Amino acid sequence: MEMLEILFYIIGALACISAGFILFTKNILYAAFALVVTLLCIAALYIFSNAEFIAVSQIMIYVGGIIVLIIFGIMLTAKIRDEKALVGSHNRFLAFASSAAIFVMLISVIGTINFTQYQAVTGSNLHKIGEGIMTDYLLPFELMAVLLLVALIGATAIASKKEGGTS
Amino acid sequence: MIPIELYFNLSAFLFAVGLGIVITRKNAIFVLMGIELMLNAANINFVAVSQSESGLLEGQFFALFVIVIAAAEAAVGLAIVLKVYSYFKTIDLDRVNELKG
Repeated sequence: MEMLEILFYIIGALACISAGFILFTKNILYAAFALVVTLLCIAALYIFSNAEFIAVSQIMIYVGGIIVLIIFGIMLTAKIRDEKALVGSHNRFLAFASSAAIFVMLISVIGTINFTQYQAVTGSNLHKIGEGIMTDYLLPFELMAVLLLVALIGATAIASKKEGGTS
Repeated sequence: MIPIELYFNLSAFLFAVGLGIVITRKNAIFVLMGIELMLNAANINFVAVSQSESGLLEGQFFALFVIVIAAAEAAVGLAIVLKVYSYFKTIDLDRVNELKG
């Protein structure tokens, strides 16, 4: 129990540090790799809260798919060798003010929530997810599949080079 | 078990950092990364709440749908970024400032 809590703090701190690294680094490729670390830490947090299926989906879709897409985007738009991959930042004061305001507001609201009604249960719930997807959540599931198909075809159509096309 | 407040506080921090990235960065891909971070921060809350109600797993289903929609958003967003780059030769969001050029 104690061990688990220490591990939770370590992983949470790692997620915060790598997210902060994305915020402060200048090299966009390093930022993409730091995002990988953050996403893996978040997957570990899902395992802490008994959501193994979500954790595996997170690793497969985010780390295996979205990060690869982002790195492709970086390689196709930035010239790493001529220092164009270094990007600066602006609006620092505004960003700090609004982020700090949101953070303080969220923390103060979270402090007022009564969490005692939530008793954490242990054990796997993989079976319930499978049943739920095929019964109660069948329509959103199918809609999600169609949406993903349409979005990927649309992305290919947008990014492809047409000769004399209107787009 | 780990108290749920910790999940909520961590997710609030990650959301604030993601918002900071979206506001400060000029590069469009950085902005997309900040959006992904904010979506993940929201997902942590959903999953953390859904562990407690024993029978209902609505939070986990919602997190799953959010993950898939984030994948679709990233694909379309990066396609648009590539198109903008081939037209403007930059993805600096301050310099992409004309429509129908």
